[in-house]
Amino acid sequence: MISRRALQVPSFSLPPRGGQSPTQHGINLTDWLTSLQTALRSGVRPQSAVAAPAVALRSYATFPTTVGEDLLKPTKYGGKYVVTLIPGDGIGIETAEAVRTVFKADNVPVEFEQIDVSGLEEGKKNADVLFKECIASLKRNKVGLKGIVYTPVDRTGHASFNVALRQELDIYASVVLIKNIPGLQTRHQNVDFCLIRENTEGEYSGLEHQSVPGVVESLKIITRAKSERIARFAFNFAKANNRKKVTVIHKANIMKLGDGLFRSTFQRVAEEYPSIITNDLIVDNASMQAVSKPQQFDVLVMPNLYGGILSNIGAGLVGGPGVVPGCNMGREHAVFEPGCRHVGLDIKGQDRANPTAMLLSGAMMLRHLGLDQHAGRISQAVYNVIAEGKVRTRDMHGTSSTHEFTNENLPVSYRVVDIPYYQQNPVFPGPPLGPVPGSVDYEKRTVIRVADLLVSEEGVKDEREA
Amino acid sequence: MSLFRTASRQLASSRQPFVRAGAGAVAQWNRGYATEKKIGGFSGQKQSNGNYLVSLIEGDGIGPEISQSVKDIYAAANVPIDWEPIDVTPVLVDGKTAIPQPAIDSIKKNLVALKGPLATPIGKGHVSLNLTLRRTFNLFANVRPCKSIVGFKTAYDGVDTVIIRENTEGEYSGIEHHVVDGVVQSIKLITREASERVLRYAFQYAESIGKNKVRVVHKATIMKQSDGLFLELGKNMAKQYPAIQFDYELLDNTCLNMVTDPTPYNDKVLVMPNLYGDILSDMCAGLIGGLGLTPSGNIGDECSIFEAVHGSAPDIAGKALANPTALLFSSIMMLQHMGLNEHATRIQKATFDTLAEGKYLTGDLGGKAKTHEYAGAIIDKL
Repeated sequence: MISRRALQVPSFSLPPRGGQSPTQHGINLTDWLTSLQTALRSGVRPQSAVAAPAVALRSYATFPTTVGEDLLKPTKYGGKYVVTLIPGDGIGIETAEAVRTVFKADNVPVEFEQIDVSGLEEGKKNADVLFKECIASLKRNKVGLKGIVYTPVDRTGHASFNVALRQELDIYASVVLIKNIPGLQTRHQNVDFCLIRENTEGEYSGLEHQSVPGVVESLKIITRAKSERIARFAFNFAKANNRKKVTVIHKANIMKLGDGLFRSTFQRVAEEYPSIITNDLIVDNASMQAVSKPQQFDVLVMPNLYGGILSNIGAGLVGGPGVVPGCNMGREHAVFEPGCRHVGLDIKGQDRANPTAMLLSGAMMLRHLGLDQHAGRISQAVYNVIAEGKVRTRDMHGTSSTHEFTNENLPVSYRVVDIPYYQQNPVFPGPPLGPVPGSVDYEKRTVIRVADLLVSEEGVKDEREA
Repeated sequence: MSLFRTASRQLASSRQPFVRAGAGAVAQWNRGYATEKKIGGFSGQKQSNGNYLVSLIEGDGIGPEISQSVKDIYAAANVPIDWEPIDVTPVLVDGKTAIPQPAIDSIKKNLVALKGPLATPIGKGHVSLNLTLRRTFNLFANVRPCKSIVGFKTAYDGVDTVIIRENTEGEYSGIEHHVVDGVVQSIKLITREASERVLRYAFQYAESIGKNKVRVVHKATIMKQSDGLFLELGKNMAKQYPAIQFDYELLDNTCLNMVTDPTPYNDKVLVMPNLYGDILSDMCAGLIGGLGLTPSGNIGDECSIFEAVHGSAPDIAGKALANPTALLFSSIMMLQHMGLNEHATRIQKATFDTLAEGKYLTGDLGGKAKTHEYAGAIIDKL
């Protein structure tokens, strides 16, 4: 019932702060949050919703994990949702094309607003201008589908657009699903876990300086407020997806203050979720466990860099970056992108990329928009094609091209090449959202719906009334 | 070879001794690298009886048992080594955790030590003993070879890679502070001095074990300055080692590729900053079956300590159930470090044969043998 509480927050009269609203004038937000929590715990009920200061409502809105469905769901225009599409570099163009084709074939009521921002220098338009366009578009549409934008390694190159985008939109929670896809043979079986990764601070703060030549300091920032909201997100996620255990990954034995704060905040939040089992693992041990006994994991929550490492290890366990979907969620925006963020410059334009990750991320996005039927049909089609095994891209030990694979995912009337199996099944393989042997569980588990995740019905109502 | 490696300007510029505050009681690296000196090399001398003296930290828990196995095997193999047992139970000096002076003296005299698992005493005021040892002897590089054991089945076959980790700074600099309540900054420190030292060691190590590729693992897309510096120094140093192929890879890709298929890494030595090395070396241990099978060497300017990185397993201590393989492999690394390659190869082969045969395996490897029976089997094969 955290959500309820959080949603009631604006109705409190704030502790006197010289008449200023907290975040707007740079007053320590954490203090403010702490005092709010104290007030909440003491059981004070809001007196009047009308008294809520509008500024406080806005400023608070950027911090807690709780989200109202109406906040996240963009409005339909002419019966269609407008979604920002950022193909990115490398294989992004091809995989985004695959999504477009499949969406079109299924008559998905989504209109894409495509922005071709690129981290490579050959971009025609100034990358910074395009990047600003991306931000504006995502702010408007609230939902995006995105490939990965290339980041140069050299020290004079620009900072990562991917990271800047996440920080700018404050899409703080990265969700990556690591699960064996039925029929795709890998070294490990029965792998099924979710990574929840803090997306906006930690090692990716981007704060670096050279004290004297040859001595560089790079800052890792951990804050209680952000640790708390990611921990809450993880617990809510676990509850909504019927998962039993949440593990916090850290290195608090060495980084006693930074990771220590992350872990202790997690443990404090955990007290509010007694139904969920919690434990903690040191990141090096977690990596070792992941490659030897990955079946033990359920939901993992961690700071930024460890998430990058473990999502790649995880992807390696279940078949590579081409099959791992993911999304980034904030309070107001959701951007869906392949979970294991690889640009794939080496196979760019060769029609070899595996569009599965992008298609599944797209399906996840449709669920987020409430288009369950479409989402179900598309993800089911993808799983069936992989399970059947006739048409697979090279990373899945097949020989097919991106186009052939995408083509397999289309209903028969749209396909260029007909294959007998589909002639017997003239619609999408598998009934919409229906049980398909071997993949039912997967379906159930991959549902991420923000509405489920975060608020109760009453909670939403409260805010609307307020 | 040394003709090729003339001193570069850049190296000469790093002659200034760089001593970081808090880096330890003994700051002894005041040597420049203007000349191509073998860094981290062994310079110990034999005693009058023709044997080397090696400090032995037996460790806690299962430590004494597995140390005994190693001693037995070494005695049987006629390795020219005498052991000098030392006690490193920490003492508090001026409120700081410190190694007892006799232990420090012993290691400084012998220049090489073998160490079993240590349990860090729980309670305030104690820094981990491993960290204390690392700081006291300025052990700048951690070397972790990972080789698949024939006879012990995991999901991965044919792994044979080496990870070298910078051991003194990076994410584990220990510099952290609260900015305001609820906001913590941890500082990752990358210096030219320490980076060059570990990179140079990596190139030299690759040469010494006959691998002809060195790869830097980095995250310079995000940490442009810190990892960028490390990478840039690697690129520069590669020019001095034309016989070795140099390349670099993003941390994300390394994780992904190693888990997917580790065999392309078999001809490479990977070198990286502290945290990445910590994570990847344990991950690689996971590939071949855990910390019970992986050796580890900590290389310093003068002294080097070889150790088993697994825990002290107090629950099975004294029951003769422990597996001495990790300590034995570490001691083999030590022999190689000391230039006793013949003995190293002989013991290594006997160990691999015993493991492959599978008759005398300890409980953790799915066998029933006692610690001494396993050691006995190795001795029989010598």
